[in-house]
Amino acid sequence: MKTLKILSAILVIAIITAFTINNTTSKGYKVGDYADDFSLKNIDNKMVSMADYKDAKGFIVIFTCNQCPYSKMYENRIIALDNKFKSKGYPVIAINPNDPAASLGDDFASMQQRAEIKGFTFPYLFDEGQKVYPKYGATKTPHVYLLNKDSEGLKVAYIGTIDNNARNEEKVSVSYVEDAVNALLTGGEIKNTNTKAIGCSIKTL
Amino acid sequence: MKNIVYFLIASFLFFGCKTEQKPSNKSEVKKAVIASNVKIKSYNYDGLKPLLHINDDKVYVVNFWATWCAPCVKELPAFEKIKSDFATKNVEVLLVSLDFPKQVDKRLIPFIEKNEIQSKVVLLDDTNEQRWISEIDKDWSGSLPATLIYSKNKRKFYEQSFDYKTLENEVNTFLN
Repeated sequence: MKTLKILSAILVIAIITAFTINNTTSKGYKVGDYADDFSLKNIDNKMVSMADYKDAKGFIVIFTCNQCPYSKMYENRIIALDNKFKSKGYPVIAINPNDPAASLGDDFASMQQRAEIKGFTFPYLFDEGQKVYPKYGATKTPHVYLLNKDSEGLKVAYIGTIDNNARNEEKVSVSYVEDAVNALLTGGEIKNTNTKAIGCSIKTL
Repeated sequence: MKNIVYFLIASFLFFGCKTEQKPSNKSEVKKAVIASNVKIKSYNYDGLKPLLHINDDKVYVVNFWATWCAPCVKELPAFEKIKSDFATKNVEVLLVSLDFPKQVDKRLIPFIEKNEIQSKVVLLDDTNEQRWISEIDKDWSGSLPATLIYSKNKRKFYEQSFDYKTLENEVNTFLN
């Protein structure tokens, strides 16, 4: 009977653990929440915070990485977003949320290389200790959080994907992020505030 | 309390018998692969949908994966083991690949052959991700890997990686 009790306890613990794992995905910011600033190391070894951008009206924060094919398919489009909206007050800030110990090719030196090869026009920050992405609730790469500055802080205006066709840029019919930033610039309403797309899970140990 | 104890005893007996069947099963299916050429059926979401809603007495374990997704590749053996260990318990495994259509011949089929994948593999080729991710599960963010387990009266979605033990526990909750 005693062994049975012990075995039961083990099984109960196993079941409880199994269920708690499932619950971790739904945390993080929702549209309308205020996002915290961060201070993360950029590929040029300097620390970057959103507070550094005094004139910005907001930010296109994109969790992305080096090795995910979906991230790679969007690299040129992320550069285009930055080129289009930096001057209008909404620069791109890219953050690599992967732990390099769990994700081959996502180490800092490889990030520097990738940014160099692709000619990134925006900061590409390393999420040291993987502390920022869980706060935001990012689950995959790429994962976009559009933030809009108001009197109270940085309000989350949009969460999701960049547009509606990762694989074929020519067949994109809705550019979600572009439309959302344009809505902020013109004072209009954002039509799609939450969108979904396939992406790579964020890698941690 | 008494009920829980009985359930636990039953679970243990269950875990106990199961392992013995494994070797014979595995060798049987292996032969089948050597004899056949791998062909992958491609579906858009409307075509795939009936496979996510089969209304019979089986338990379906549907894993969304891709050869480019490292954690997906890592957890595949757990799904393969479920397929062989639960073969006599009315559990079926379906691997829905999100590989790019261009890479089916170059990457997906060679991967299946090399790793001697026994579970059924189909390709989901549908760029309207905004639609089908939510339809498969409203809480799925689109991150891979992801798994759906369903029977005619129970349905659960998991946006996570699995090891064998955790997956086995989940499958067992569908069998009681």
